[in-house]
Amino acid sequence: MKIWIEKQKHLIDFTLASLARRKGKNLGLLFIYGLLVFVLASVALYTHALRTEAQKVLAGTPEIVLQRLVAGRHDLIPPGYIEKIGRIRGVQKKEGRLWGYYYDSVVKANYTFMAPRNMQVARGEIIVGPALERSRGLAAGNGISFRSYSGELHTFIVADVLPQTSELVSADLVLMHEEDFRAFFKYPEGHVTDVALSVANPQEIKNVALKLMDALPDSRPILRDEVLRTYASVFDWREGIMLALLSAAILAFGIFAWEKAAGLSAEEKREIGILKAIGWETGDVIKMKFWEGLLISLLAFLLGYIAAYLHVFHFGSILFEPVLKGWAVLYPSFTLTPHIDGLQVATLFFFTVFPYTAAVLVPIWRAATTDPDTVMRG
Amino acid sequence: MLELTQIRKAFNQGKHNEYWALAGIDLAIPEKQVTALRGPSGSGKTTLLTILGCLARPTEGRVRLKGEDISGLPERFLTEIRRQTFGFIFQQFNLIRGLSAIENVVLPAYPTGRPRKELLEKAEALLADVNLGHRREAKVEWLSGGEQQRVAICRALINDPEVLIADEPTANLDTRLAGEFLGILEGLADKGRTIILTSHDPMVVESEIVNFIVTLRDGKIVEQ
Repeated sequence: MKIWIEKQKHLIDFTLASLARRKGKNLGLLFIYGLLVFVLASVALYTHALRTEAQKVLAGTPEIVLQRLVAGRHDLIPPGYIEKIGRIRGVQKKEGRLWGYYYDSVVKANYTFMAPRNMQVARGEIIVGPALERSRGLAAGNGISFRSYSGELHTFIVADVLPQTSELVSADLVLMHEEDFRAFFKYPEGHVTDVALSVANPQEIKNVALKLMDALPDSRPILRDEVLRTYASVFDWREGIMLALLSAAILAFGIFAWEKAAGLSAEEKREIGILKAIGWETGDVIKMKFWEGLLISLLAFLLGYIAAYLHVFHFGSILFEPVLKGWAVLYPSFTLTPHIDGLQVATLFFFTVFPYTAAVLVPIWRAATTDPDTVMRG
Repeated sequence: MLELTQIRKAFNQGKHNEYWALAGIDLAIPEKQVTALRGPSGSGKTTLLTILGCLARPTEGRVRLKGEDISGLPERFLTEIRRQTFGFIFQQFNLIRGLSAIENVVLPAYPTGRPRKELLEKAEALLADVNLGHRREAKVEWLSGGEQQRVAICRALINDPEVLIADEPTANLDTRLAGEFLGILEGLADKGRTIILTSHDPMVVESEIVNFIVTLRDGKIVEQ
């Protein structure tokens, strides 16, 4: 066992010395390889963290949102509509919500205006999301005017700014008093935008939705799970676009790595011949080259992954942010909770380290099994 | 020490360019003696040397090392015999560029798993013996031809082999360096090593240190 360990140490020593001999070539390879891992890991870490973040935030939203449809389009819910729902077993609470979109031509961005039921906002005051705080330079106590769709100018005082924690969905939010909301949008009295229903038992959600559709054929229940799925598919789609863009780079790396790994230089072949002639077994040569491939790919993986981690969780994914994030014009700017998924790391590891190490071994095996007497004739 | 019986070696066997480099060699290499193989180019000297040094297998015939038939052994066992019994000095020295002299010297000992400290001590002693102690850390491509050959000699000796095999050892050396090489060879022969070499060089073949001369022509021994 001691001899085996000593032998492996010798092989690693020789491998390191070999790598150092071809410093330029190997550093170049390490850089490109690491860059590829960095890009792939950044996309994976970022989209995964976004999904996790969205799930966390949406966990606090109602299980079912009910919309009324007219000619297949979302329409306002008239007075008395909620009462028509009646008593459905499993529904803990039902309440009408008031919200709408507003386009701010100053910063060319959309805001979501909302009259919250669960918190009090005084008349003439608003509570804004962190994106507005940044884009319009708002702070508590500042005044701001918005021109409504009817052309009137409405002035509000900022009472507070929403916390950063929920920024993913609240970045562009403007909370105001119900009266102010109705006055601003000329929203008909008694009408609401949609209805939020709380259902305690997750097993009951689908049944409740079916009963709602029975009771109100012109309605559309939207389940929280569906929203989560939509977000997930949006992120998947963005991830897909990103990966499609990167596919050319991945392919280029593949060719480069294959060329490097599969095409042994005459110098390398000569060295293998010498090693065999002086008493190295075919297995020793293969092991040495295996260590070489593994060291490069492992190092590239570690460096790339660590760089991607720092990029995503400490530098806000500055490189891919515009592609991967934001369904509104105002990009939420927030720090994602660091999260590493074991399966994701394993998948990335398998698809980056394994092919390279394998690609290194095939030509080496071919070269290492040639007769050692060729070196005598070199 | 080494006995060859009816050794024949073919290259490209069964193809249109089939070529028999050795055509029936019977030879006994005596222990602790210096044997020189000579002959014109293409006479089969190097091929014979590769078979004697277990670098290649004969197409036909038997090779016996200390009485044991080794001609049919699988490559793995042949490699082990090669590592333990033979040390090689190649015509082009075949050192690994980019590595220092001492790193080149210890290379054949890596597969043995001997501790690194022990290997380095042994390599240092060998380099000191050939007056290269001060060049131990120099990259081999910075060394002169004579120095490179001395590194190659040290490398051949790191596993303390019984047999030293040298292929045209003075082909790339001038007269002074060839003289120095013969001096080193004499020292090794005096210590009881078996030495087998090929050479065109009369300075080597006709030197006093050579005990036996085997002359080859067209793959056959014509004089012994």
